[in-house]
Amino acid sequence: MAVLELSNIRKDFGSQTILNGIDLAVEDGEFVAILGFSGTGKTTLINLMAGLEKPTAGSVTFRDKPVTGPGPERGVVFQSYALMPWLTVTSNIALAVRSAMPKLPAKDLAARVQKYIKMVGLTHAATRRPAELSGGMRQRVGIARALAMDPEILLLDEPLSALDALTRGNLADEIEAIWEADRKTVVLITNDVDEAIVLADRILCLDPNGTMGAEFRVTLPRPRGRTAMNHDPAFKALRAEVTGHLIAAGAHATE
Amino acid sequence: MTAIDPSQLAEAREAKRTRRLTRINKAEGWFKVIGLPFMAPLLRAIAGDDPRGQMKLLWQTLFVPILSILCFLGLWAVLAPKVHTSLGTIPGPAQVWSQAVALDAAADREAERRVAFYERQEERNAKLIADGQRDKVQNREYTGRPTYYDQIWTSIKTVFMGFVLATLVAVPLGIAAGLSPTVNAAINPLVQIFKPVSPLAWLPIVTMVVSALASGDGGMSRSFIISAITVTLCSLWPTLINTSLGVASIDKDLVNVGKVLKLSPWARVTRLVLPSALPLIFTGLRLSLGVGWMVLIAAEMLAQNPGLGKFVWDEFQNGSSDSLARIMVAVLTIGIIGFLLDRMMFAIQNLITFSDKR
Ligand SMILES: Nc1ncnc2c1ncn2[C@@H]1O[C@H](COP(=O)(O)OP(=O)(O)OP(=O)(O)O)[C@@H](O)[C@H]1O
Ligand SMILES: [Mg+2]
Repeated sequence: MAVLELSNIRKDFGSQTILNGIDLAVEDGEFVAILGFSGTGKTTLINLMAGLEKPTAGSVTFRDKPVTGPGPERGVVFQSYALMPWLTVTSNIALAVRSAMPKLPAKDLAARVQKYIKMVGLTHAATRRPAELSGGMRQRVGIARALAMDPEILLLDEPLSALDALTRGNLADEIEAIWEADRKTVVLITNDVDEAIVLADRILCLDPNGTMGAEFRVTLPRPRGRTAMNHDPAFKALRAEVTGHLIAAGAHATE
Repeated sequence: MTAIDPSQLAEAREAKRTRRLTRINKAEGWFKVIGLPFMAPLLRAIAGDDPRGQMKLLWQTLFVPILSILCFLGLWAVLAPKVHTSLGTIPGPAQVWSQAVALDAAADREAERRVAFYERQEERNAKLIADGQRDKVQNREYTGRPTYYDQIWTSIKTVFMGFVLATLVAVPLGIAAGLSPTVNAAINPLVQIFKPVSPLAWLPIVTMVVSALASGDGGMSRSFIISAITVTLCSLWPTLINTSLGVASIDKDLVNVGKVLKLSPWARVTRLVLPSALPLIFTGLRLSLGVGWMVLIAAEMLAQNPGLGKFVWDEFQNGSSDSLARIMVAVLTIGIIGFLLDRMMFAIQNLITFSDKR
């Protein structure tokens, strides 16, 4: 059953058409990755799913109901972290939990916040403010915040793009582990082909002209360790195929 | 801990020195905040950290300011006697200093008189009670002339009263203007028109209104209310403008977070809008207090509020040979207090604001 469905979406900013003719259905428990070059409208697409933007034409539905605005059932991890700079890690997450679960008693709330801080490995930094965290740590707070709200679907906007290769790999493995643990529906935006293949069930390419390009199913068995994958012929073949499509689409756009 | 120096003693000393230097580094920010930027290089030079480099810093932060003050005093001392006024020549630094000392002495004398007054009163009352004339016991307040320090205190109280009123009006209004473009469009023309109005223009209007509305025999005198409200009217604008700017320029991503979290309007203001606008609100408050202090002196002169402004005015009317020197004492006092008020706001601002990084 499709949880989140976009049908024939168009999005204009002024006279500029950013997205056009987008059809997309995300199944329950599915991990979808959307690949695209910078500036193709990936963030715009996530904002449409989150309800932060309204489509110029077409419709977005969540569990068969039209999306009219954002809500805690669709957790977003923002590309720019978007943590409250004046709150500690704990308070940032607590703020989210409190608004997602207003009836939760204070004790359970604190326990829940602790649990998710532990999950992303930030217990030692729980009392720090964002300015005292590294980019990767901030990104993890963003992920913990979204997870702690217990959303039905997670929308991740390039959650790893600001990180170095090593941290990136580690955090990708963490995301896979978290997803394995409670099988939430996930839409991941990324510009890294390897990352998309390691994490996703299905890869969609967003072409530079704002339309959906090719779609690839990833049937590699899980867990897909990064290092093991590098020697897997099926992985290498898929990577070549996806990269080839992206390059062709990019070349087409610049013609 | 270099390879040339393997002895443990040197190592321990080195560790101690490093600790001391970290402490100095930590304190450096605070020294800057309270207006003593030369303290850190001075302490570092004493601790023996790159004395030559510290000297360069000290030269800039300590010696240059001292030299410039000395130059100023020298020029003043030389040039002042050359200007002749109807009250004699302009007083030099020495005369101004002697007047400052005289004002301090006068305050001491006044304090003594006050003590003496109460002693006499108590004696008299004790005697009356002893004589069995308890009904004749009187307890009167001492009503002497206000001392220079009383006048300074009155000015500070007045400026804070005006400043608090301005804050209470400007911050909520600024938040409304920042949140709603409609409110902003409504307020903006009024702000543009009233912002440049001088306190001297407000004063007659404020005087008439306050005289009509306030009896003046409550806790506060009329002149106090008039001066404070004039300060309010002139110091409102920086806070209003900066608050609305701060609120309007909240990070769009944070606004989006607020939407995803479905914060209630109240939670949105208190948990998102206010904290993120706080640095700019404080910039506005700091500017407002500065403007208020500047305006206050003029307001006190005309409203006859017994503060520094009235002191200057009275001395000017008085026209004795010491008057000019006393006025100069007041000018320096006003400057120094203004500087201290600004430092205070700056320190508070540094305490509560956060780094911009997210
Ligand atoms: N609010 C807006 N108003 C006008 N134009 C916008 C707005 N938001 C995005 N755009 C434009 O839409 C295009 C796509 O932006 P978007 O942020 O969705 O790209 P992206 O794929 O997320 O890029 P990146 O990988 O760099 O994050 C860009 O050309 C951008 O200039
Ligand atoms: Mg983006």
